[in-house]
Amino acid sequence: MIRRILTLFICVTVFGGFVRAANASEITVDLADPVVQITAGFSGTDLLLFGVAPGDGDIVIVIRGPIHDEIVRKKDRVLGVWVNKDEITLEDVPAFYAMASNRALDEFLPGGIANIHQIGLENLQFNPKDKSLVTEDWDHFRHALLRNKQRQELYTWDPLPLIFKGNRLFRTKVRFPANVSVGTFGIETYLIRKGELVDSHTTLLNVRKFGVEASVYDFAHRQSFAYGILAVLIACFAGWAANAAFRKT
Amino acid sequence: MQIYLPIAEMSVNVFLLLGLGGGVGMLSGIFGVGGGFLMTPLLFFMGIPSAVAVATEANQIVASSVSGVLAHWRRGNVDVKMGGVLLVGGVLGSSFGVWLFSVLRELGQIDLVIKLSYVIFLTIIGSLMLIESIKSMRASKRSVKSKAHHHTWMHGLPFKMRFRKSRLYVSALLPLAIGFFVGLLAAIMGVGGGFVMVPAMIYLLGMPTSVVVGTSLLQIIFVTANVTLLQSVNNQTVDVVLAMLLMVGGVIGAQIGTRIGGHLKGEQLRGLLALIVLGVCAKLTFDLVVTPIDLYSLGGGGGH
Repeated sequence: MIRRILTLFICVTVFGGFVRAANASEITVDLADPVVQITAGFSGTDLLLFGVAPGDGDIVIVIRGPIHDEIVRKKDRVLGVWVNKDEITLEDVPAFYAMASNRALDEFLPGGIANIHQIGLENLQFNPKDKSLVTEDWDHFRHALLRNKQRQELYTWDPLPLIFKGNRLFRTKVRFPANVSVGTFGIETYLIRKGELVDSHTTLLNVRKFGVEASVYDFAHRQSFAYGILAVLIACFAGWAANAAFRKT
Repeated sequence: MQIYLPIAEMSVNVFLLLGLGGGVGMLSGIFGVGGGFLMTPLLFFMGIPSAVAVATEANQIVASSVSGVLAHWRRGNVDVKMGGVLLVGGVLGSSFGVWLFSVLRELGQIDLVIKLSYVIFLTIIGSLMLIESIKSMRASKRSVKSKAHHHTWMHGLPFKMRFRKSRLYVSALLPLAIGFFVGLLAAIMGVGGGFVMVPAMIYLLGMPTSVVVGTSLLQIIFVTANVTLLQSVNNQTVDVVLAMLLMVGGVIGAQIGTRIGGHLKGEQLRGLLALIVLGVCAKLTFDLVVTPIDLYSLGGGGGH
């Protein structure tokens, strides 16, 4: 099943490539800023996205964070206390997922296209790392992942509004919450005309820590021993300084 | 004003953190307690991942213990030899604790173990303090004479050592074991462990009360420093930005607290602290027992 989807996916991409070559790319998309910087004052940010889609048709944009493995755990009651018991590790889970479109998806987007390009949370395909774990129960874990990610504001179920201005100029605004992961984000734009995928365009967005925040994080992960020593030294100095300051007064 | 914590990977209000550090610092100044056992649960309530809260709080305790031990050192209230034996046990215990922490984190059980440990210890400490303060409030006129150096099985243990400052001749195994247990608590709970060590030193070892606090602080410095270092290396959960904010608030609060403490009545204050401790404990228990919004959760070791 998975292999078939994959083959289909490759066919479509290759075919899509031909279409694009023929039409010399109909849509252009650009970002107000190709880098999202997480700095000391970071409390989430809005990313402004705009582009042009000549001719008619509808636009759907998918913003996908870097993929990684995610552990989903289920709690059970043990002696009155809720305890993590069963767990499944899911592969290929995007850290972030948002969409934007000019109208409701079901009004213009055929299910087949949505499925192939994984447009919409219900079409996201992630699989358990341990394939033997695929039981009826596993779908609960899948939905739990979607639910938890939505609660953390990292996934959105309904597309964000995308507004067409004059001359087929469109723009949209995507909210990146404070807990967004760092990495390379894909921004895929699809132009749908009469139920057909006419054109698509992918651009990349970099989310990274910047300034002191980045240095601290890198230091902690790359030279954790030196980081630990420094943390202790800072604390010793702070304690000594507090004592010295207090003695004078 | 929001600040982004690089290791906790979340945005928090600076003034809330400073206020929290100040408030707990003030309580610890008034009561002469470490405050770690209140600060760490309060960090959980703020939404800081429990693994980060525990490791970072250990880092903050290094600062408050250094500051405390210097004051005791000047008065000569530190038994270095006893401190040394305690800290050998403490370093072993905390190293074992951090290893256990990593294993539990991998298994997704660290959250539960930390919180259960808190519930157990806060219940015991809170109840004991409450009972004692009620007792002393009732019988404040009667002077209670408790003492006596009982000879028990503990004095039959081998490896006897002489501790001149504490005027003791006991087996080194005792302070080693106490140090080990307290080190374990420091690693798992992010506390200094003074609340366990001080009574153990007085009642189990029979040390004179004058040297107990200074000596326990000396041991706490090295144990929490060891925890900070090992947590940094094994789990990368020490957030220095968070630790520094807590230190600033804590230092200022402790100075104010020490001054206020001198003007207030002991027993009522102790009763009040007991109620705070039991309140925090009740909230932790409630969170463990009440049906969660979502039975499923994500992530490595953090996440509630």
